[in-house]
Amino acid sequence: MSETHEGVHRHPAPTGFIRKYIFSLDHKVIGIQYIILALAAVLVGMIMSLLMRLQLSWPGTNWPILETFFPTGAPGGLMTPEFYLSLVTMHGTIMVFFVLTTAPQGGFGNYFLPIQIGAEDMAFPVLNMMSFWVTFVGFIVILFAIVVEGNQSIGQWFAALGPSFVGGSGTVGPIGGWTGYAPLSALGKVAGPGQGAGMNFWVISIAIFCVGSLLGALNFITTLLNMRTKGMSLMRMPLTCWAWFTTAVLALLSFPVLLGGGILLLLDRVAGTSFFIPGGLYVSGLLSGSNPNFPLHTGGSPILWQHLFWFFGHPEVYIAILPGMGATSHILATFARKPVFGYRAMVFAIFAIGLLGFFVWGHHMFISGMSPYSAVAFSILTLSIGVPSAVKTFNWLGTLWGSRIRFTTAMLFALGFVSLFVAGGISGLILGQSSLDLAMHDTYIVTGHFHLVMGVASIFGMFAALYFWFPKMFGRFLGEGLGKFHFWITFIGVYCIFMPMHIMGIAGMPRRYSQFTEYEFLKGLHPLVVFVSVAAIITIATQFVFYFNVIWSVFKGKKAGDNPWEATTLEWNTATPPPHDNFAGILPTVYRGPYEFAVPGAPRDFIMQAEADSEVPGGNGHNGHKH
Amino acid sequence: MATMVTSTKSVTKKGTGSGAKFPGPNGKKPGGNGWHGDDGSRRKFSPARYRITMWVVLAAVIMMFAALSSVYIMSVHGEQRVAMPHMFFASTGIILFSSWTLSRAKRSLQLEQSRRYVNWLLVTLALGLAFLSSQLIGWKELKDAGVYFVGQPHSSFFYFFTAVHGAHLLGGIFLLVFLLIKSSMNILKPETEKRNAWAAVVALYWHAMGAIWVWLFLLLLVLK
Repeated sequence: MSETHEGVHRHPAPTGFIRKYIFSLDHKVIGIQYIILALAAVLVGMIMSLLMRLQLSWPGTNWPILETFFPTGAPGGLMTPEFYLSLVTMHGTIMVFFVLTTAPQGGFGNYFLPIQIGAEDMAFPVLNMMSFWVTFVGFIVILFAIVVEGNQSIGQWFAALGPSFVGGSGTVGPIGGWTGYAPLSALGKVAGPGQGAGMNFWVISIAIFCVGSLLGALNFITTLLNMRTKGMSLMRMPLTCWAWFTTAVLALLSFPVLLGGGILLLLDRVAGTSFFIPGGLYVSGLLSGSNPNFPLHTGGSPILWQHLFWFFGHPEVYIAILPGMGATSHILATFARKPVFGYRAMVFAIFAIGLLGFFVWGHHMFISGMSPYSAVAFSILTLSIGVPSAVKTFNWLGTLWGSRIRFTTAMLFALGFVSLFVAGGISGLILGQSSLDLAMHDTYIVTGHFHLVMGVASIFGMFAALYFWFPKMFGRFLGEGLGKFHFWITFIGVYCIFMPMHIMGIAGMPRRYSQFTEYEFLKGLHPLVVFVSVAAIITIATQFVFYFNVIWSVFKGKKAGDNPWEATTLEWNTATPPPHDNFAGILPTVYRGPYEFAVPGAPRDFIMQAEADSEVPGGNGHNGHKH
Repeated sequence: MATMVTSTKSVTKKGTGSGAKFPGPNGKKPGGNGWHGDDGSRRKFSPARYRITMWVVLAAVIMMFAALSSVYIMSVHGEQRVAMPHMFFASTGIILFSSWTLSRAKRSLQLEQSRRYVNWLLVTLALGLAFLSSQLIGWKELKDAGVYFVGQPHSSFFYFFTAVHGAHLLGGIFLLVFLLIKSSMNILKPETEKRNAWAAVVALYWHAMGAIWVWLFLLLLVLK
């Protein structure tokens, strides 16, 4: 027993503030750090979307505050088209990388994966700490990408790195979109405003982020394969763990591709190579090789960047959504008081989605001039993702079927996740067909589709997870009254924002334009644009209620016990909040599957994973049901 | 769902719910993931953890080289032929030989011949440094032949592949130095499980770097 005790305390609880809260090795602290990073990043991304909506619905309005902050990006308080494009770019980049990739995986995964499998920490705590701080550095660099172009003095800070790092050209941040398509992204300043120093920082930030994510993925995979407690077989793991594991595998295999592509792109920009730059390029009134500002480039292929980017980019959307799926399955079962319907099918569906995710990147490139035969192959593979997605959806509905639902805020957000995933996924079946996508590709229907299915659905997964696990993390409930207000306004709000975008897209409204009032055929849609903006303003305002709720509840929320939701998995076995080594020295033993709710013959409607048969009140009468 | 509500038989059956029956995941031994002994007590060290991690690292490294190789394959149009520097043939021989010497080192470790183990490690380390030097000489050969980093992607890749691979091999060299330091610290102690595990994963990494170089070399040699 003493040896057991020794083994668990692999690193003692730190006492100093810095080792305890800043450079902590504790996976729980690191998880909270990731969540705080995401909460900060989502604020930046959200304010950017607000600015975009203001511009789209009331173009030409004078916003003096914009001029104060961005004298060159918004001269006279009027937003330039480049300023708008840089908002599009940075909104996408920050949201996808620093919100949707950090919080669900790095945040909740870090905090709860070791506890749910009965481990006392991640396999490599130091690596875990590094993965967060590397990601944090990436976030700082992306913030530099925003400000380095808009301000003359900040633009000189990095001049020592070379002429391509001199900023202050007038816009704010890169304008290449979150995809940064070559060749314009590969040329540097000559490609025009917003392709200068900010773009360098954008590429560097993405590369740093790749490294951080890889370190994290490494840790997740090893921890899950190697550190499960006694009795925790793979098929007894909560679905959240399966989702985090699959996400880690996706990150492990896709981020190196982006990292490789990013290095090549950076070399094109700063070293003068031509990996993504074709010969004979004529840009900004200059021919490649005709001018010292535009040296000779030859032999590269811009389409290759698209391939590399989307080979990463498509798995990335599953990296964003899979943890939300796991949390939703977990929470639906807990508050429906029923086992997850078809546990095994759920596990295989997660894997199938992850696997298929690697073979569909071409559907982002139907209009790149690819062979129609390739397009058909990518279409068929894309549509086949509908099968495991439908398996998951019907199993969620099966879990809910005939149950007495406890409508907590966490449950509402989980139900919202299912709703948004279906609503957004349906348009995926339309866009996944190359013949339809050719017409709709650069319109608002794509914006509506991916915001619903990977953006907002993932966010709802995170909200559900936060309301669900907040009592375990902080020992206090996240306010339920404000939470329900937050849910309903957000839920209705996001539908009001993104559903009209489908209509706009079919009507032919293009993406990434800073102003639509100039176009005769789109004038009739302007009331809809204003409606979307109003909905966005209300929804964004509601998020500040959420921020207030979080801060208030950490200090003043209703106190929670060890298992306030009457849930079954290991995190509810330990103290609230969990001690430094998670289980106070004695790791639990697992005797059953993760969702033993409403077991016939059992006296209580839930049996925890760590409860032995003899411990279950009422004796030996129960048995698990086949999942 | 029907079984859940209607089954009465299963209620009386002794069992433990979903998943494999206790004890033991996978129906084999308790734990089943290399972390627990058969008695369920906790071991301080898990060689499996190091092994799994190294394979996972290699999966990521291989994905990156696969992506870069695809770029190379798609970028080569046969417009500009670059002669393979002679030094790269030599470096290929060196790195293959270093894999053999490292396998000798591992063998010595298994036979608990510490002195030999250290010697073979030193030989491998020297060969690793020789490999990196030969790559640099190869660069000079390329430069003398008028093949520069800036130019056609084809010629850039001669430098780029060697640089990225060299950076990864440098990591391997640090790992070898780490093994040497480790063995010098407990050369008089009996063989430890940890030391063997480290040696095994470093060898795995080193062999993988050799294999990746051979792949890159053949790619540059054959596909022009």
